[in-house]
Formats: sequence, structure tokens, C-alpha cells
Amino acid sequence: MLGISPSMALRFEVLARHNRARASRLTLPHYEALTPLFMPVGTQGTIKGLTNDQLEDLDCQIILGNTYHLALRPGADLLDTIGGLHKFMNWPRALLTDSGGFQMVSLLHLADITEEGVTFQSPVDGKPMLLTPEDSIQIQNKIGADIIMALDDVVKTTTTGPRVEEAMYRTLRWIDRCIAAHSRPHEQNLFGIVQGGLDPQLRDICLEGLVARNLPGYAIGGLAGGEGKDAFWRVVAQCTAGLPEDKPRYVMGIGFPLDIVVCTALGADMYDCVYPTRTARFGSALVSEGVLRLTHAAMATDYRPLDSSCTCMVCKRYTRAYLHTLVTKEAMGSQLVSYHNISHMMQLSRNLHSSILEGRFPEFVQSFLQKQFPKGDVPDWVCNAMDVAGIDISMCRIPQSA
Amino acid sequence: MEFVVRTWSAGARLGSMQLAAGVQMETPTLLLLTRKGLPAFIPPDLLQNLHPDARACQVSPLHFLDSPSASIVETAGGLHKFVSMTGFGMVALARDSLMDESNGEASSKLGAAFETTSGRRVVGPAKYMEIVNACKPDLWVSLPDEVPTWAAEKRNRLSVDRTLQWLDHCLSLQPAERGNRCLGVVVGSASLDERIRSAEQTATRNVVGFSLGGFGLGEDASQRALQMDAVIAKLPKEKLRHTSGLGLPEEVLQAVEAGVDVFDSIYPFMLTKGGYAMTFPLNMENSPGNLDTQPSASELAYIGSDSAKMNLRSVAYRLDKSPLVVGCKCYTCQRHTRAYIHHLINTHEMLSQTLLEIHNTYHYLEFFKAIRDAIKADKFLAFRNWFTSTRKETRVHSPASKSPTLVLH
Repeated sequence: MLGISPSMALRFEVLARHNRARASRLTLPHYEALTPLFMPVGTQGTIKGLTNDQLEDLDCQIILGNTYHLALRPGADLLDTIGGLHKFMNWPRALLTDSGGFQMVSLLHLADITEEGVTFQSPVDGKPMLLTPEDSIQIQNKIGADIIMALDDVVKTTTTGPRVEEAMYRTLRWIDRCIAAHSRPHEQNLFGIVQGGLDPQLRDICLEGLVARNLPGYAIGGLAGGEGKDAFWRVVAQCTAGLPEDKPRYVMGIGFPLDIVVCTALGADMYDCVYPTRTARFGSALVSEGVLRLTHAAMATDYRPLDSSCTCMVCKRYTRAYLHTLVTKEAMGSQLVSYHNISHMMQLSRNLHSSILEGRFPEFVQSFLQKQFPKGDVPDWVCNAMDVAGIDISMCRIPQSA
Repeated sequence: MEFVVRTWSAGARLGSMQLAAGVQMETPTLLLLTRKGLPAFIPPDLLQNLHPDARACQVSPLHFLDSPSASIVETAGGLHKFVSMTGFGMVALARDSLMDESNGEASSKLGAAFETTSGRRVVGPAKYMEIVNACKPDLWVSLPDEVPTWAAEKRNRLSVDRTLQWLDHCLSLQPAERGNRCLGVVVGSASLDERIRSAEQTATRNVVGFSLGGFGLGEDASQRALQMDAVIAKLPKEKLRHTSGLGLPEEVLQAVEAGVDVFDSIYPFMLTKGGYAMTFPLNMENSPGNLDTQPSASELAYIGSDSAKMNLRSVAYRLDKSPLVVGCKCYTCQRHTRAYIHHLINTHEMLSQTLLEIHNTYHYLEFFKAIRDAIKADKFLAFRNWFTSTRKETRVHSPASKSPTLVLH
């Protein structure tokens, strides 16, 4: 049975384009967001160490919560009683929850995937848990996020053989069950997730099937799992080409700035990843040139801010030398570097949106690549992707003078 | 530094202290706890508006032995600049209560021994002042040779002599151009005679105030009161008095009554680490007996809470939509519920510590404000008596020490 999704609780307006790239306004029940945008991950109902006020100061617009973790603690029924995750966290802007399905891949050695759903062991008490598409949607209805994700059958990108095809078709069957189970279509937007591994034909079938369901938005899933970059960008390019123009496109699990710039050039709008906050806790700061390892001995006497072009609270107040003494040793180190890294990602989001809006997207991409690759060693996969995106980056392959 | 005593109520005094340009505080007051110059969990953007009286911090030179070293702080232009605390008062003092309290056993004529994150370190006056001078704090406490109450008589006498020698040595290393910013430490442990000797001698030195050392190291509350009174009787009335190591509010009250002006304490931090919110009533109108909705003492005890602190790890708070303390105006209570903070603690999320440290510090600062208000109204003794009467049901016991201390799980 082909379900047509009645779920539409958003408005998506493309404000400007450059070839495939778009700058848009995404109006959600709790917030009016501007895309392209990065969504920080607040797995258990908090972005590690940062308060809501700080997240608002940093211009975070949509935050992720993880259904699997939230269903365990504090529990879906508790969140329902409290009035939803927004109220529980006191977060006034938008929320997105994933389906809980990604944990399938992470816990695969304990998981059993059948047509019914996924069983895996609770990490809290070892009891078996079954997550069906209906369960996932019901839990997400209780959590109450602006965007909810369909439960998909996601396989590792390095998987080959019939399992990939099986997973793709099952994802299509499960989307109908998700649509049927969704009890709050006018308050929460159900996004479908395109699967199919690295196989273009499978991806096409999945694209066609999901587009026919007329969902409010779509995610490109099954990537960011160890596949080569060359395969990665081609899948993104194929999917963005096959998805409707007037709906948001979300590439799941993408957080490296370079990947975000490439995916944006290819026509994607939304991204999420634990990378910026996780790498902060290990002492790495995201800067225009790439990644700064603050644990490095040389940082002890480096009195510059993290990033000379960053205007965040941390870069205004602190030097690399001081942060070097804190990272991995003091909680404050995690907090301050996380703060900066999120600032960096939201600045990137703003830059992407405004450069497309103002007709200078190619210049932004060129400048971005020149800072990341001053020696001109832009990887081939980036060049190939930019070819398809129609953006000239030939000048970036020339080494910049010191 | 300027300090003026304005009024008294019984032994307690209200003062006005100017630590630096723009840092004017009324005493008795609290110095916030820091690690490497910043609070444990409160970043500067949240510290700015934490509380009107959150204006000064203690800082331990022991955090600046390795990373960062003194020379790095110096190159950066001093501690205020390095840790972006310009506009806050910074008071340097050796005691790092977060690590093991020194028992003086490993100290020698070379220096005092401290446990640090890089093992035991012996720090003498020269090294101490190298760090102090690099940091350029608004006030600094001289390096003491502190010993606990059970130290032998001979060792105690030695600690008084050494502390005086080190005070003189530290003073000689204080750069003239910064002016005098030294608080001399008075030690003497359990011996009243030694305490008096230390106080009399320290009072002859050119210091701007005094730090009453060797407290919070296992002494009895009644012993402490005697020792403090004996010491303070020998100190000039117009100079500032500071003490470290006291935490429980009744310990603070006793020291305020003795005439102490400035405190630093790990109490808010330890509550935070334990997942507790500070909840003791701050004024007679809100005291437990007057509010019908307050849970009984036994109900509280069942979930590990009492009239002074709330055990947020308890599942009793799972669905509790109230703020930590009803009516509290702190950042945390204005925005979040007990249920949310319980969840954050349950899931070991860092944000729980930020939110709790903010509330606990705020609540503790409100306590100091209540003390000052009582002194201004010349009702300090009434306030103290009322407060200690509310604490009868507090679960306070510690197998190791003779004095009431905090239960920390």
C-alpha cells in the first residue's frame, strides 16, 4: 500500500541559487531557520557542556536529539508527561530526532534485523529491546521534535551483496508503516531517508519510492560510514538530483567543513554530526585552515587566538596557550573549545547561506579551499564534485604564496 | 587594596573592601573557587551575571607550576589577562583544597609539600613568589607551613617559626611598584600559645591583612572557636582577615562571629560534584517550619536530601517541574527544572555541573548577603541562632573527623 504522507508542518522557500546550491528559509513549528545549516547533536537532551543561552548566542537553529538514548533516559512516557523535549530542555528553537536506527549499525553484533523491526540489547540492563517502525514513530511523537526521521534499514556503506538491496526495499516498506503510525503530522515533519548503499540503481529505486510518498523533507542516509570520498560525493550528487527542488535535503552524519561545503555545492541543505563537539573534548579546535591540535607542545607558548577570523567569546578572550593547559584536563577546556567549534560551524552555515543569497558562492568556495589547502593540494574528489556542481576551483590548485 | 570596617553586630563586622579598580565588595564575602584561574564549570560569559557579589576569586599558585608555568603567565601579561578575568578580583593563596589537605609531613625547610595533579611538589617562598609575581593578583596570601590539629608540639612550633620566616622571605620578594598586597598567615594548630605567638609576631610585619591558617583540617568546632578568638584578639582591628577551608554555613557563621571578613570554600563545588543543590533557607520567612509544602525531615532523608541540600540523583525528582529552589533568582532556577537536572546527572552530562555550580554559588553568595544584612540590622546573633536551629536535622557525620563535616558520596 502506497501511503501518501499528510505530514506537512513546514514551509521551505528557496531564496537564491547558484547552480545546484540553494540558500533557503525553512519555517518549522518552533523556529524559522536559514539553510544551509549545521545541526549540533545533543544526544541526551543537551549539547555537552553548553547552555541554551550559549547555543542561542551561537545562532544554533535546530538541534538533534537521539531517540534511542532519550527513550532509555529519561524515557518517552516521561517526556510525554512533561510536555515534550522542548519543554523538558527549555529549548525554544527547533529540534530534530533521529529514528534510533543508526544504533543498529553501531550495535550490529547484538542486533537482529527482521521485517518486524530491530532487536538489540539495552546497554542499561541487557534486556532485549525491539524497535519497530511504529515504535520509533510513537516515541518520536512523544518527544515532539519539529522534524522526525523514518526508521530505515541502514547498512554499513562497506557492505556489499544482496543485503544492500534487501535493506533498501525494506526501507521503502517501513516508510509506509512510519507514515501510518505518525499521529502528529501537522506538528511534526516526517522525513524519509534514501538508502541503497553505493549502488546507483538501488539509490534510484529508493529515490523514486520516497518521492512518490510526498514527504515534507528527505535525508540522504547510509553515508559517513567509511566509504571512500569519491563514492560519497557521487551518491550525494545523485540523490540531490533526484530529490524534489522544493523540499529540504539533509545529509546525515556529515560534519567536516569540507564535506559540508561540497555537499552544499551539490544541492544539500542540512547536516548533523557529533564531530565538532567530540573533537573539542579531545582538544582539537576547528579553524579556517583546518584542525588545530591544542594538545601539541607548541601550543603552550602560542599566544594567538584559536582562529584570527573568529569573533566568538572564546577567541575574543583566550589564547591557544591558555586553552592548551585546559584541554583534556579540565571540564572548562571541553566547554570552551566546544563553544568555539560550534561557533565555527554556525559561522560556516551563515557564510554558505549568505554567499549563495548574495551571488558570491563560487568566491566563498574558492576562498574556503585556499585557506584549507594553501599548498594547492585540493583532493581529486573535491575537484570532481565541484565540476559536477559547476564551480570553477582551478585557481585553488595553485599554491598560495606565504 | 583598601579595607574599612563600617559597623559591628556582636563579634561580626561589616566591611568595605576594594580589591582593584572597579572591584568593590562588602564583607563578609566569598572568593569563588577556581582551577587554573577559572571556575570549574562556569565560563566567563555565564560568570559575568552570575550574582552581583560574584566579583572575586581565589586562585592557587600550585596550578601554575607546570602547565601553565609562571613564565607563560608573565609573557601573557599576568593572570587577569591570561584567563580573561579583568574586572574580577583575584586572591592568590597556596591552599588547594580540591587535592588532599596538606598534613605537613613532607614539608621541610625547603618548602611546603602539596599534592598536585603532577604528584607531590615542594614549594618554597622563592618559587611561590615567582608564580605570584608572574600572576600579579590583587592580593596574595603568604606561604604557610600548615600542620593539622594532631601535630606534635615540636612540629607545631617549627611550623610557626617557618611560616614567619617564609612570610618575611615572601615580603622581601614582593615588587615595590605593585604596592603591598600581602596577607600574612597565622598558624599554630591546636596550641593556643602557639596561635597567640604566631598572631603577635605576624601582626608586627608589614602586611595589609591576615589569613587564619590551619583551619578545616580536622579540628573540633569548639576548638576552632577558641583558637580563632585567641588569634583575632592579637590582630589589629582595622586590617582584613581571611580564612580558607571552612565550608558548612555554620562554620562560616562561627568564623564571622569571631571577626573574619573574607572566605574561600570548596563547599559549593563539592555539592556540585556530588549532584546536590544547595537549598538551606536564607531567611526566617522561608524557613522550613513556615512552609506547609515542605517535605518532612524523614521524607527528605529517605531520598538522601536534607534541609540544606537536595540529592538530585534521587528518582524522586524525575518528574519534578519545580526549579531547584522555589523563588531563587539564579540563572539555573530561572530556566530549568529539577527533573531536567536529575536527567542530566543520571546521564553523566557535563551541563549538570555547570547548572549546579551556578545555582550553588548563587545560593552561597545569597547566604553571605543574608549575613551582611543581619549585621547591618544589628541582628547577627539572632540570625545565627535561627540558622543553627534549622540545621538540627541535617545529616552531617564523618567517621574520620571529630568535627561536623559534609557527607560526600
